[in-house]
Amino acid sequence: MPMQSTIFDLAATPLPSNVPAIRCEAHGDAWLRLAEKMRAAGSRLLTLWGTDDRDRDASFCIRAAWLTWEGVVVAEQRIADAEDPSYPSLAELFPAASRLQRAVYDLLGVRANGADTRGWLRHSGWPENVFPLRRDFDATKQDAADPEPYPFVPVEGDGVHEIAVGPVHAGIIEPGHFRFSVVGEKVLRLEERLGYTHKGVAKLFQTMRQEDGHRLAARLSGDSAVAFSWAWCAAQEFLTQTACPPRATQLRALALEHERLANHLGDLGALGNDAGFAFGLTQFSRMKEHLLRANCEVFGARYLMDYIVPGGVAQNLPQHAVGRLAALYPLLDEGTRAMRAIYDEHAGVQDRFRGAGRLARDCAEQRGALGMAARASGIPCDLRVDHPWPPYDALQPRMVTGTTGDVAARVQVRFDEILESLRLCRSLLQGLSHGPVCTEVLRWAPNRIGLGLIEGWRGPVMIAVETGANGTIRSCHTHDPSVQNWPLLEHAILGNIVPDFPLINKSFNLSYSGQDG
Amino acid sequence: MRTISLLRQLSEVVLAIGIAPLFVGWIAQCRAWLQNRTAPPLLQPYRVLRKLFHKDAALATDASPLFRSTPYVLFGTMVLAAAIIPSIATDLPFARAADAIALIGLFATARVFLSLAAMDIGTAFGSMGARREMMIGFLAEPALLMVLFNAFLLFGSTALPSLVDGYATHHSVVDPSVIFAAIAFLMVLLAENARIPIDNPATHLELTMIHEAMLLEYSARHLALVEWASSLKLFNYACIGFALFLPWGIAIHGADGGAAMLIAVAALAGKLVLAGIGLALIESLSAKLRLFRAPEYLAIAFLLAVLGLLAHLLLGTSAHA
Repeated sequence: MPMQSTIFDLAATPLPSNVPAIRCEAHGDAWLRLAEKMRAAGSRLLTLWGTDDRDRDASFCIRAAWLTWEGVVVAEQRIADAEDPSYPSLAELFPAASRLQRAVYDLLGVRANGADTRGWLRHSGWPENVFPLRRDFDATKQDAADPEPYPFVPVEGDGVHEIAVGPVHAGIIEPGHFRFSVVGEKVLRLEERLGYTHKGVAKLFQTMRQEDGHRLAARLSGDSAVAFSWAWCAAQEFLTQTACPPRATQLRALALEHERLANHLGDLGALGNDAGFAFGLTQFSRMKEHLLRANCEVFGARYLMDYIVPGGVAQNLPQHAVGRLAALYPLLDEGTRAMRAIYDEHAGVQDRFRGAGRLARDCAEQRGALGMAARASGIPCDLRVDHPWPPYDALQPRMVTGTTGDVAARVQVRFDEILESLRLCRSLLQGLSHGPVCTEVLRWAPNRIGLGLIEGWRGPVMIAVETGANGTIRSCHTHDPSVQNWPLLEHAILGNIVPDFPLINKSFNLSYSGQDG
Repeated sequence: MRTISLLRQLSEVVLAIGIAPLFVGWIAQCRAWLQNRTAPPLLQPYRVLRKLFHKDAALATDASPLFRSTPYVLFGTMVLAAAIIPSIATDLPFARAADAIALIGLFATARVFLSLAAMDIGTAFGSMGARREMMIGFLAEPALLMVLFNAFLLFGSTALPSLVDGYATHHSVVDPSVIFAAIAFLMVLLAENARIPIDNPATHLELTMIHEAMLLEYSARHLALVEWASSLKLFNYACIGFALFLPWGIAIHGADGGAAMLIAVAALAGKLVLAGIGLALIESLSAKLRLFRAPEYLAIAFLLAVLGLLAHLLLGTSAHA
């Protein structure tokens, strides 16, 4: 599907990507004008990031990517004032931009005017006036700064008090801080503070070469290893005009659906457990374990880490694989249907699920919800359906949506997606092409930008890579849909009671690592 | 005679302290089987206690003597309660000192100490757990009292040993009020012992905890004592239930020593095995209630107990009639 050569009044050039994508420049006022038109057209902000281009053209570059109904639009603006760089904030138009802009400032020192100026990722890990993503940053002589207090937004009122949770939790989960303002048990406000798992992935990418990038991408958020490594490989293959063999794309899709299945199975069990129904956890854990063992035999890794490599996949299916999987799918199908009947008919479980953590469609649309959480609120958006890339163009996946936007809706969407993924897996297995599973990838040309956009189990994950000379990586931005969906959790919890938070949180199950980068 | 009573008393207390963790282990094992999991060893609770007693205790810098003494108070009150409840024999010198209403007072004392200790450290979770515990407590206590009143009306005494003796001497009594009271008691037992559907003893989600939230700051020997006291509490509640509703086999007043005691111990073991299976079944079948459903749940327990009283008064049956 070719996209137009202009976007509104701006000249646009196509961008190498597995989905339709264009790139345009929007400097100064044009930046906000474009954003307003995007808002009016109902597009969603996918991500926003910045790079230090002072070595090349004495400026910083800020890029924003929107997901429109036609494809992805990447707008970039150059900021020539290298002393005090700033740009107009998009947070008014796209609330999701706020945290992204704060992250850009922490890493690059480019300020969004008229927006929240609190830090986001830095956490006193390095001094305030030092910016790691700048090219003159010297990592060898940086010390952690003294800890500074973080100004949470206070809530005043009779009987209002705060409950501070995390970053260290009673269970083994990722770190994040949640500040509840409550009256009794009722939540008046929730403010998240994330960034505890910031690892400097963007900086690390700049020291790597094109043949290693997929391995780091896969490790950004372990539960989306396939989605991220595929996104990387898609960007790299479109930049180098590598045609991935059909069998390889089919195996990739098979791996992606397996990843979706594993996460949904695990989360449905955990949701039952959080409602105090441990039977659900043991049953779903058993099914997930069957799947992971099959993954290990068929793909060579339980969680499919590094299965997808540039040019194809790491290994062909072993001899017995088709039979092994054909036997596995009915097992999962029957088990899921049986558990669905049990969940649906269990009054106690349904009482916990229904009405809890309701995310209204209006709110989800306004705040740019993505992926599974958006679908549960009734927003039809799935890259596999909207902009299918091979092999999804041939598979015709069915869009699964909910209506109520509560925990029960997210549970139903997950059940439906399991069944749909199983259908896709069977279809892939039946129509598996013959031929090679990997092809050679050439060296990419310098100073080009490539996009990879894959619908992972949580929603669209994106890799935007800018090429350097001799196969180096000039810059790379990774995006996890958790960035959009974390703030939605703050809305979904409103009016609920504190002990329902873990259940609501689990129904989204967002990634800390993916958002922190 | 006097020494034999004392010996009975002593053996009952030692037995309670000794097998309370075993009962908890048995429930855990049944629950695991019902959920298709491999069960932990039956003796796992003892291993946990041993591990905890071998660790060095870590105390918050702000901990007051109250925080440090609470585990001993908890353990002490639960041992005392075990001495009052006729789990294997009714001829207990200790039981004369306190009746069932005093027993509820003992449980309330333990609750107050634990809640104060939880708030003593000043963490959000401790206060949250204490708050919820008090909410459950003040709703559960009246329901429990009502259950006991049912039995009191039947036998005209507030002392648990006399109730058991009363059952033994009037074994023709099958009163409908007992059924109401038994269901109400079971509901209170689940709520008071931090079990599903009110609390989840296995959760790691600090925001949903009630009982566990109050223990988060305890470690080593303190935690061991609190855990042991919790298992004693469950054991005590089970024994109150047996005394009220399944008193068969308990060595009654005037029964001769050895043989009756052996029968009593065997009967207790049998009842605990069945009770463990029953509790595990209830816990596996139900989900945890939303916190604000807990008052409704306990109101139902209260209502059932009151219905029992009404049934008794309306039907007018009495052991003394």
